[in-house]
Order: sequence, then C-alpha cells, then structure tokens
Amino acid sequence: MIMTMVQAINRALAGEMERDDKVVVFGEDVGRDGGVFRATEGLFDEFGPERVMDTPLAESAAVGAAIGMAALGLRPVPEIQFMGFIYPAFNQIVSHVARLRNRTRGRFTAPLTIRTPYGAGIKALEHHSESTEAFFCHIPGLTVVVPSSPTDAKGLLAASIRSDDPVIFLEPTKLYRAEKQDVPETPYELPLRQAAVIREGRDLTIVAWGAMIPVAREAATAAEAGGVSVEIIDLRTLSPMDRGTIVASVQKTGRALVLHEAPKTCGLGAEIAATIGESALLSLKAPVMRVTAPDITVPLLKSEDLYYPGPERVLRAIRNLMEY
Amino acid sequence: MIERFDPLKGERLRILDEDGQAAPGLDPNLSNDLLRTLYERMVQARAADAKALKLQRQGRLGTYAPSVGHEASQVGLASAMSRDDWFFPYFRDLGAFLTLGYPLADYYHFWMGNEAGLRTPDGLNIFPISIPVASQIPQAVGAGIAAKYRKLGIAVVATLGDGATSEGDFHEGLNYAGVFRTPNVFVCMNNQFAISVPRSRQSAAATLAQKAIAYGFPGVQVDGNDVLAVFAATWEALAVARSGGGPTLIEAYTYRMGDHTTSDDAARYRTKDEVQQWERRDPLARFRLYLGRKGLWDEAYEKEVQAAASDLVEKSVAEAEARPPASVDDIFAYTYAEAPPDLKAQRDELKASLPEGRR
Repeated sequence: MIMTMVQAINRALAGEMERDDKVVVFGEDVGRDGGVFRATEGLFDEFGPERVMDTPLAESAAVGAAIGMAALGLRPVPEIQFMGFIYPAFNQIVSHVARLRNRTRGRFTAPLTIRTPYGAGIKALEHHSESTEAFFCHIPGLTVVVPSSPTDAKGLLAASIRSDDPVIFLEPTKLYRAEKQDVPETPYELPLRQAAVIREGRDLTIVAWGAMIPVAREAATAAEAGGVSVEIIDLRTLSPMDRGTIVASVQKTGRALVLHEAPKTCGLGAEIAATIGESALLSLKAPVMRVTAPDITVPLLKSEDLYYPGPERVLRAIRNLMEY
Repeated sequence: MIERFDPLKGERLRILDEDGQAAPGLDPNLSNDLLRTLYERMVQARAADAKALKLQRQGRLGTYAPSVGHEASQVGLASAMSRDDWFFPYFRDLGAFLTLGYPLADYYHFWMGNEAGLRTPDGLNIFPISIPVASQIPQAVGAGIAAKYRKLGIAVVATLGDGATSEGDFHEGLNYAGVFRTPNVFVCMNNQFAISVPRSRQSAAATLAQKAIAYGFPGVQVDGNDVLAVFAATWEALAVARSGGGPTLIEAYTYRMGDHTTSDDAARYRTKDEVQQWERRDPLARFRLYLGRKGLWDEAYEKEVQAAASDLVEKSVAEAEARPPASVDDIFAYTYAEAPPDLKAQRDELKASLPEGRR
C-alpha cells in the first residue's frame, strides 16, 4: 500500500495494537484529534478511549505513568508532542526508564516506546525544531531509533514496541510526508541495532540518519556526477550503535563524513568519529569530517535554511575529503 | 470516616490520644491478633532502623535515611493493604516494607550498596525505592491506569514526603489520577521537614491534604503517630479505590525523629524542645498504652517482642553481609535485555584490568 511515513507510523501502531491488547497509546491530542501530525488518526475509533488516551498536558506524568503501566504488564506507547517538550520528562526517562531493569536486577523493566516528532525543516515555531538525540544516546539502557523512510518507520516502530528495552523513537517531522513508498500491509519488524547501507560506494562513507538521509542522497548523486562514489549508511538505531557496519564501510572506502542536524559539539558525530579512529585508523586517507548544525540556538523559521545542513555543505565536505 | 474530617476546617483524624485512649465511636475494633501484629511490626521497624544507623556508623552500610518516628504511618498504611495491591514507595518506608513481607536482609542489602537488594522477590508487588523526590507518584498513577484497564480490582499506593508536594510530579501525578479516576491512595508522610526546610516553606496551604480537593478527589489529614488512624483511613481509601471510587490523598501528620539521612545533622535547624515535644507523641508508646488497656500488653510480652525483633534484625544483617559483592557481570548484565557487543567489550576490558578476585 502506498503511504507516507506518518501513515506508516499510524499503521504500525494499529498493527501492534491489534496483535497485542497490552499495547496502549496516550498523550496530548492523540485521541479524538488523532495527533497534531495525525499519526494516531483513526485509532481512537478503532480501539476506544481506554487504549487511545487523551491525557492532561503533562510530559513527566506521561512517561512516569508509562513506567507504572509497564509494571502491570502493559506495553505503553506515550507520545510527546514535540521533542522540544520532552524535557519535563527527562527525570523520568533518565532516573527511572533507563535504569529500572538494572536497579531491580531484572525484576522490573520498562518496555515502553516514547514516540516524539523531532528535527528541523517544517518551518515550525520556536522549540519545535531541535534535534537533541545525543542526550538520550548518552544514557545507558535506552535505545534510540530514527527512521528515514515509510517502510523503515513501520518496521522499526513495530520492533520498538515489541522490544523489552525502552525505546526513544524519534520521528523526523520533515520526512513525515516527504516521500511515499509501497509499504507492506501486514505487520513486520525491522531489526533494531542494525544500520543499513542504503547506497553502496567506493570512495567515501557518509553516516547519517533521519532527515539528513535525503540530503546525503542528493549530495551523493551530485558527487557521483563528479566521479566520486559515495556510500551512505543510515544508522537507524543511534544507540546502541551498530559500529560494525560503520567500521566495515570506512575500512573499504577510507574516508568518512558524519552528517547530522544536531549541533556539532558532543553530537553523535563525535562518537562516530572516535569509533572510526579506534577501529579503522589505518584505513583512513583523510581525517573524519563532520557536517552538522553549528553550535548555536536553532534560528526561527526565516533563518532555518542557514542552520540546517544542505547538500551544498555536504558536497564541499566531500570535495575537501577527496582533495585532502 | 474520611469525609467526616475536612482538612479545610482544620480537622484531623485521630483515634488514639497520647495516653492510648481511643476516641469514642472511632475505634475500628481490630482483632487482637491484628492489634498485636501492628505493634510487633512497629517494634521490628524501630529495631531494624536503629540497627541500620549503627551499621552506617560502623561503615557497614552506606548513607541511610532513618524511619524512626514514622512507624505508625508506615505500618498502619501497609497493614491495610492486601497482597494484590501495589506499592510505590519513596525512600523512608522501612516499616511498610517489613509489613508487606519484603525481606529485611534485602532492604539492608540495598542500603549496603547492592542493587540486588532492590530486586523485589517474585510475588510481592513492591516497586523499588524511589530516590528522585515525587517521581514515584506518576508511576503509581500509571499502575492505577493499568489496573483499571485490566480490571484487576486492586489499589495502588504511593508514599511521599511533605517536600514531594512541591515537586511538579506531585501535581502532574495527582492531576492525572483525578482525571483518570485511578484506584490510587497517596500517603504523604508530612514529617515537617524536607532535610532542613520546614513544612511552612513547602506550601502556604494550611494542610497538604487539602491539595487533593483541587484535583477533584478527597484528601484527609490523619495523626501519623496513631497507627489506628492511619490504618483506618488507608483501609477506607483502599476500599474506595478498589471499587472504582477513585483516588484519595492521605496526609499522615508526623515528625521525623531522626536526621534526614546519616549525612545530615538536624540539630542545625531545629530545637531540642520541639523534638522533645514530639517524643511525647511517640507512636509506639501510645499504642503500647492502648494495648495495655485491652489486656494485650505486659512486660513479658514486651520482652518477647523485643527479643523476636532483635533476632530478626541480627539474622537479616548476617544474611545481607554474607552475600557476595556484585560481580562485573552483575553490574553490566541488566542494562539491556541483551547486551550489545560494545557493552560486552567494555565489560571484558574492565575484567581484564581487575585482579582475579574482583572479576
């Protein structure tokens, strides 16, 4: 069935709710309204108000409640309306969700999936464009997943909901309706913790995820015209990271560029560069480069294009790497 | 009974006065067995608490939050619970843990610095001690939502301190509970201090119980040093919760007789006079007098109870101390359901750097 990413997410939720009556969805506006991006559209009518719950406007309570629901056997899927509003729930995520399994030596776990739209590119208002995935990747116990296509979104969300570990599922708003794909109607899982080589190449590896994938593709196509063969790795699960796929690719190409829309300092690019340094140093023909957002506050919508890495910046970096 | 005590009118439920006299018409007339069990649990809690303090001073236990003075609140609320109910504690709940059947050796083991002590034995519905203040409240509410969804007919209890009522999670959690009409009972141990900050600095409200009214459900203030009052209020609130009547907030008005933790010195911020006044309201002394009036207490019984408590404490300490320290595998194994390769590599690297005996 041909669908957008947001429709694929909707179908993943419906599929998992049909499979398992322990799966419940809740958050602000997820019920009658179907979510501000319509990700939960129709679920309220299909599964009823007990499983698709509109909640008070309180992010910490949403995540805290999810922990308690999981303790009593449910598979909660809370939605935080935008990543920029997840911070009130940070205490619950860091102090409880991530460590519950460890601090109870496995007696209690938090098999919940926190969905949240994230990232720039839709000309939203302030606090709606941040990309702070690195916060969560820094916390042991969390799994951080970012899809970049409708097909991936459906399979990765299903896998996240079925996972016995807590998942922060980041949905790139820019990609919600950017592309349509033929997505299988029956439920399926795509493996977590596995990056995908989505374009094979010989000269250079780009590591990216989410909304940076189309940017990477565009730059790779342009580079190809100039005779540079670019491989693209879509990380898909940011943490725990599939380092093996990155290292194997860089060992082949000898050049690496990390592309992310989050600020540079302490961004995930640093971790990826360190990984390559530790495991593929002697394959490198040039230093690992990063194309990222600058270390500034995300500008408001009129200047968003200045902030967000585009194909031109990636192409420049590719040229620099090739000429190094 | 709860509705007869309106916090907005400054009314507080108290059954036993300081001389152990039951107020006419309020005595729940519990069975002799249950009365003695309440007393024995309180004695155990006090003995176990005193021992923990000693162990801390001797370097055998880490920083510890003492429960002395809270026994009536802790034992009273937990005794009202049934085995199917769930408990989401805060960090000063020793008497409740004992009453609910949590092994004292495990409790000590946690405070001695091993997560294995937080592994609630199978069959007990006790969530782990929550240290970030008030964070357990939304969790208990979520459990309440799940209990309702699964039609379990159970109640979910959360405890908290007076300081917790200032936290966002208190408001968010109780607000959720009101909206979802969850089967929750929140028991706020108002012990007058959040470390050094007095109750008057937490809220300008005359009582903490009255906060429930704004969330759309009842709140009641009870004498937290009166085990019968705490028991009766909790019993009633649990019955309401289990039968779909929604949540209740109980404010147990008590006093923290000890320091906040072993790292605190309460003499810096409160007077001896004040502490002495509260010593006269001691929950055990009061209940002992009540039992005496009923012919359920004498010196011989006291000796027996004290000896049994001491025996439990000593055995539990020995058991906790005999357990092996956490291994490298233990501290890595529970981060994820299945450790990723990186984590296994980090574990192996750490092991390789350690002497044989510490791996």
